[in-house]
Amino acid sequence: MFHRESGYFNTTYKADMALYPLPIAKFAIAAILVLFFVVAPYFLDEYYLSIINLVAIAIVGALGLNILVGYTGQISIGHAAFMSVGAYTAANLATKLDLPFWLTLPAGGAMAAFIGILVGIPSLRIKGLYLAIATLAAQFIIEWVINHTPTISGGVAASIEMPPPEFLGKELVNQAELYYFLMVIMVIALVGAMNLIRSRIGRSFIAIRDQEIAAEIIGINVFKTKLIAFAVSSFYAGVCGVMYTYYLGIANYENFQLITSIDYLAMVIIGGLGSILGSILGAIFITMLPIVIRLLMETFGSIFVDDAALAQVIAQFRLIIFGGLIIVFLVVEPDGLAKLWQNIRNYFRFWPFSY
Amino acid sequence: MKHLQTGLLMAGMVAGAATMAMTSAQAKEIVVGMACDRTGPTQTVGVMLCPAYHDYVKLINSKGGIMGNKIRVVEIDTQYKVPASVEAYQRFKKEGAVVVALWGTPMTQAITSNLNADHIPGTSPGFGTAAAANGEKYPYLFPMAASYWSQAGAAVTFAKQELGGNIKGKKIAFIFYDNPAGREPIPVLEKLAALEGFELKKFAIPPPGVEMKVQVQDITRRYRADFVISHLFGKGPSVHIKEFKRMGYPLKKLLSFVWGAGEADINGAGGWAKAQGYNALNFAGVGSDYAILDEIKAMYKAEGKDAPEAMASTVYYNRGILAGAVHLKAIEMAVKAKGSGDITGEDVQKGFLAIKDFKLGGILPPLNFTDLDHEGGGWARVFRVEGDNFVPAGDWLRGYRDVVIEMLKAE
Repeated sequence: MFHRESGYFNTTYKADMALYPLPIAKFAIAAILVLFFVVAPYFLDEYYLSIINLVAIAIVGALGLNILVGYTGQISIGHAAFMSVGAYTAANLATKLDLPFWLTLPAGGAMAAFIGILVGIPSLRIKGLYLAIATLAAQFIIEWVINHTPTISGGVAASIEMPPPEFLGKELVNQAELYYFLMVIMVIALVGAMNLIRSRIGRSFIAIRDQEIAAEIIGINVFKTKLIAFAVSSFYAGVCGVMYTYYLGIANYENFQLITSIDYLAMVIIGGLGSILGSILGAIFITMLPIVIRLLMETFGSIFVDDAALAQVIAQFRLIIFGGLIIVFLVVEPDGLAKLWQNIRNYFRFWPFSY
Repeated sequence: MKHLQTGLLMAGMVAGAATMAMTSAQAKEIVVGMACDRTGPTQTVGVMLCPAYHDYVKLINSKGGIMGNKIRVVEIDTQYKVPASVEAYQRFKKEGAVVVALWGTPMTQAITSNLNADHIPGTSPGFGTAAAANGEKYPYLFPMAASYWSQAGAAVTFAKQELGGNIKGKKIAFIFYDNPAGREPIPVLEKLAALEGFELKKFAIPPPGVEMKVQVQDITRRYRADFVISHLFGKGPSVHIKEFKRMGYPLKKLLSFVWGAGEADINGAGGWAKAQGYNALNFAGVGSDYAILDEIKAMYKAEGKDAPEAMASTVYYNRGILAGAVHLKAIEMAVKAKGSGDITGEDVQKGFLAIKDFKLGGILPPLNFTDLDHEGGGWARVFRVEGDNFVPAGDWLRGYRDVVIEMLKAE
């Protein structure tokens, strides 16, 4: 943020295309990695790590949805259903076949990707709100099928207890151990998404979003590319579902209902459509804001009312403040938190000589 | 300047020493965690149940706490969401909770393994899976109220009473919300149908569970059920009272499980006059005629305040009293056994098992926890709409306990 970009000249295409063209960005990334992988787990209480875990899971899901909605321009309200596909696939494989996490994770993602392709087929013919309704149907159909198929859902209770992930013979049970597990998966998903976007496929996603007919004319196979977008997005959703399952210790469809899909849509819209950073900021915003509001209200609220009454006040006001802040941020910057961050950056780029 | 610094340092040290002395002289503060839903889909229950828990704790604290140890409740509104509940549980753990009240079936399932790993007892009255009542398998989970299996046993017992003591060849309809919790009693009902020789027919209500005209017509006109057992949630109970009434079915022959038992369900069905005879199971006493409720009112009166609004729902408020009372009783047992307020979750778990015949003046059934039975006996009581009130239809009952226990062991 406070660095200068002048004086760096790229002489090759490769250097120009690098994810981090400036040396300072590389140092910043290294510092962030050290902060989150060495410093944070050492200093933070298990409770705070559990919150970061939730954020890491949400980031993976939001990245997947942003690839579809933000980059390809295909709206989906069935994201949570793909998560449940991944969750139940992994839970069945882990309990029935005793498979380790490094197989259940990609398998859950792959199964979700397969279902995602099926759901994506209508996207060739219908667009916008109509596609939203088609994906909404997928949400309900998948939910119903899981709920009514005991071989998938594991019986009447429709929930499967997941054994903890095992790494080098050690079971990862508490939040601190799960922290590394989930963070590593999140980083892999993040790097994958960043690279996908600047690849040929990623550019064709953006071309389809911006002008479908033009994209077709310049030689992009629209049908194939849309299905790839659905597949990649659902793969991320599936992996996100598997992460939830390992984190919660159960696969349960009630965790992946319509409201969860809406939560994820909110993440990518508030964070910023078509932005990797936006997915991260949106996931942090939607996951952590309610918790932060509650912690603040608990700290300062007891000055005004007694504890028992405070519980009711917090529960209600938290929703009001949460909703209010969403509106505020969207009004301040309709392009999302990522754009807001960019504006701040641009301001300081020329500071103090901004015009 | 130097003097000022030294002076400040000295003052700080004195103040620090004073606070330390005070805290060590004070009795220990015992923390309990409560996950609550005040803003989610089950908020109509939460806004009545949670204040009751706080009121009970306040009452005990106003009497000096448990052997001098004050209780502090950490409540978190989870909005009936699983991730939020896991976050809440981690928070309770951080605050040092010795017992936690869970809320919601999927959340209970997610947190159960944590309870066992962290040795913190958790309670799930009226939800969670029925099989979780098996204390040998889940030592730290206490449903502490009749599970859906036990409710099914109680419902069939009540049906038998109402139909003259013999239900062989009778037709019993089971109308339920089509989700895992709704389907849970079915294995018990099927077993009892085979055992008692009655005919059982199941009618599923798909989500969102408010449209059931067809099913009710089917039950009353085509199937002509002799008795109906219902297991619905949310707005469903109100709707089914209305529909059965419209079909002219005698509501005396309709018995709802515990989540169709609230005052709000009766009001939603068009008022008390329209719901005469309607029966519902409860795992805590209904009505305001209990000594403990008078004590809470007296406590508020002494402060110059009115009785809390939540008391208007005697059904859910009293269930909150049940949760608070059993928690604090278990803590009391743990403190007594330990001799001080310095207790852990393990002590409270043993405290639960030490509870014997705890009735709290009749608002609770005689609760007994054993190593196997964490339901406390599986008691339920039928309350019937008569006039403008719920009146008890018979005493606390538990039906076919042997069948339920057998299933618990088999699971």
